[in-house]
Amino acid sequence: MQLAVASMTLQGTELAYLRIGFWGKMQTGVRKRVRDREHAAAHNLMELQRGEHGILDRIDLPEDDARRLMELGFLPGHTVTPAHSAPGGDPRVFRVDGTEIALRRETARKMILRQKASRVP
Amino acid sequence: MSDCHGCSAATATLPPPPQIDAKQRIVAIIGPPNSGKSTLFNRLTGLRQKVANFPGVTVEHRMGRVRLDPGREVFVVDLPGIYSLNPRTEDERVTHDVLLGEMKGLPRPEAVLLILDSTNLSRHLVLAAPVLSLGLPTLVILNMADDLARRGGNANVADLSEQLGTPVAMVSATKGEGIEKVFQFLDGATAVHRRKPPLMELPVIQDIPQCRKWAAKVGQQSKYRAPAPPLWTRRLDSIFLHPVGGPLVFLLLVVAVFQIIFAAGKPLQDLLQPAIDGSGKWVGSFLSNESFRSLIVSGIWSGVGNVLLFLPQILLLSFFIGVLEDSGYLARAALISDRTMARFGLQGKSFIPLLSAYACAVPAIMATRTIENKRDRIATILIAPLMTCSARLPVYLLVIAAFIPDRPLIPYVLGARTAAMLGLYLLGLLAALATARLLKSTILKSSRSSFMLEMPPYRWPTVASLGLRLLDRSRVFLMRAGTVILGVAIGIWALTYLPPSSHGEIGTSFAGRIGHAIEPAIRPLGFNWKIGIGLITSLAARETIVSTLGTIYGVEGGDEHSASLQQALHLDLTPGGAVALLVFFAFAMQCMSTVAVVRRETSGWKWPAVQFAYMTGLAYVCAFLANRLLSHWA
Repeated sequence: MQLAVASMTLQGTELAYLRIGFWGKMQTGVRKRVRDREHAAAHNLMELQRGEHGILDRIDLPEDDARRLMELGFLPGHTVTPAHSAPGGDPRVFRVDGTEIALRRETARKMILRQKASRVP
Repeated sequence: MSDCHGCSAATATLPPPPQIDAKQRIVAIIGPPNSGKSTLFNRLTGLRQKVANFPGVTVEHRMGRVRLDPGREVFVVDLPGIYSLNPRTEDERVTHDVLLGEMKGLPRPEAVLLILDSTNLSRHLVLAAPVLSLGLPTLVILNMADDLARRGGNANVADLSEQLGTPVAMVSATKGEGIEKVFQFLDGATAVHRRKPPLMELPVIQDIPQCRKWAAKVGQQSKYRAPAPPLWTRRLDSIFLHPVGGPLVFLLLVVAVFQIIFAAGKPLQDLLQPAIDGSGKWVGSFLSNESFRSLIVSGIWSGVGNVLLFLPQILLLSFFIGVLEDSGYLARAALISDRTMARFGLQGKSFIPLLSAYACAVPAIMATRTIENKRDRIATILIAPLMTCSARLPVYLLVIAAFIPDRPLIPYVLGARTAAMLGLYLLGLLAALATARLLKSTILKSSRSSFMLEMPPYRWPTVASLGLRLLDRSRVFLMRAGTVILGVAIGIWALTYLPPSSHGEIGTSFAGRIGHAIEPAIRPLGFNWKIGIGLITSLAARETIVSTLGTIYGVEGGDEHSASLQQALHLDLTPGGAVALLVFFAFAMQCMSTVAVVRRETSGWKWPAVQFAYMTGLAYVCAFLANRLLSHWA
């Protein structure tokens, strides 16, 4: 109850989310894992399965790399679909903006998706 | 570039309007990678082209002449493939500088040919915004028109031209369809050319998201219909990038290419050898002066001839790499090998050059041009000569035959000599990988995530582009490496023939004296002065040591199979010294062609000097250790 009041007094919803996040961390390990799966699942390119796709939100990489990725078609709002990969799953090919680009695992992990992956219709 | 001044001067004798021909007219070709830029360039210029470097940068560009109708011509310059004009990478900076007329030695282009892939227009149009903003007369060329039509896409040239305010042409550069529009533009671009204001205003802030939005709008307004996905490419990828089948096809291809190079390269060399020897003798028969004949025949002819012998292998290798690259498979090969290469700090694109280095380091170093990351490229160039090239084979064969008895190590499976040979191949490979690891964790450190590779659709390689590639490679090899080899061949001849008082006796010649002089330095390796002379002459090319030793030991027609040369060597060298000699040859950079090509590819003497010092140092230390260990045990 006290927490709910506290979050209502805060103006930005983001701050409220932070509070809940903080609250969540204080719960048991089991609850934390459930929450992580709900919110963090398929949040970066590496977590996309074959047959799924996602919409790119941002690239958490140094500017040079981010720029190069944007030049290759990885712009916020574009749909990214995983395709074939090298043996062992790294690097992996992604379809974006009418082309196919291979990325290493550590690059793909830094590319954050806007919404949960969904099945291709 | 000086050549081009020459060309324009030569055509000035024709009677065109003097005002235009008074200066060198240049048109720049630019476009994103994989847009078919080089194919178009080849279409326009044919054989009237040459490769050149801009002063002070490693970026290469090609210049070519395009003949226009009434005996007039225009120069086109093929600039590196770029995605944007922001001068961030070296390639982009060069293109930027050239387009603004800020490049030294090159006047500002009068017009631009902007080549874009019509099957992926919305993405490629991103580059059009900054290029059109420059205000130069520009022809937008929509390439791969045949692909677009086949896959059910459509681009309206007239609408697009109105939106952009500049002429647009649909072209298939590989088939030559629509290419006449480009000639017409070149004809007109050199005269007065005015651009209409574009219907779609260019974006004010030209960052990538803004340009991409603008490109989407242009595509929409001009009723561009994107084609269906490339079905055949997807089908082929499900084989070539299959988790099990992919690596299998990859390995089969690699083995097949090498089998063909070794199987066909050797007979081709054997065909060339008598031709070179015979022509040398024939030329020699016209020369009466003995010293002069010796210089021409044994100095220049056989010195340069020894290098020419590698041309068939180089061309074969270039041909296969060309087929792999033009078809689009090379990108898949890089993808498959990336993880393994990453363990040594390298990346997938280094794999093919390193593999080529087993035949010869020279084409391997030329093949590193596909690696965009400069640090990865330099690391690959630096380790390539450690791979066991075919020039080491004669030396290995001679020493192994002289010292290692022909008895089975594992009966019916592995002979002692084969094992020694395999061991030397492994030694080179391990040294290369260890060096790569060392370089990439110290002076050539770069972030690991910089591997981003576009997978182009599969395409049939064209005969014309493969032919031009082979011509280009042979020209580079013969001209650049050839001039160095010629100088070194004359130098080494002089060392072994002079002073005149030595009467052709190698022991008392300058080379002999140097051999004696360096004996104290190579004594710890188990080498005597005779080997010392061999080391000096083999500075030009490794296999030279075989013929030098043949001369020193007075064996007529000494080659690696000569039993008497093996015997002489066996008596003159300790087993420790013999192993040290093998180790020395495995590591030392005794190849002037490689030094020359590294200098050329890195635009300076710094890297070849570092490489030479490192490899010679490594060779010396390891040979010393090998000799000590063996002398201790034996």
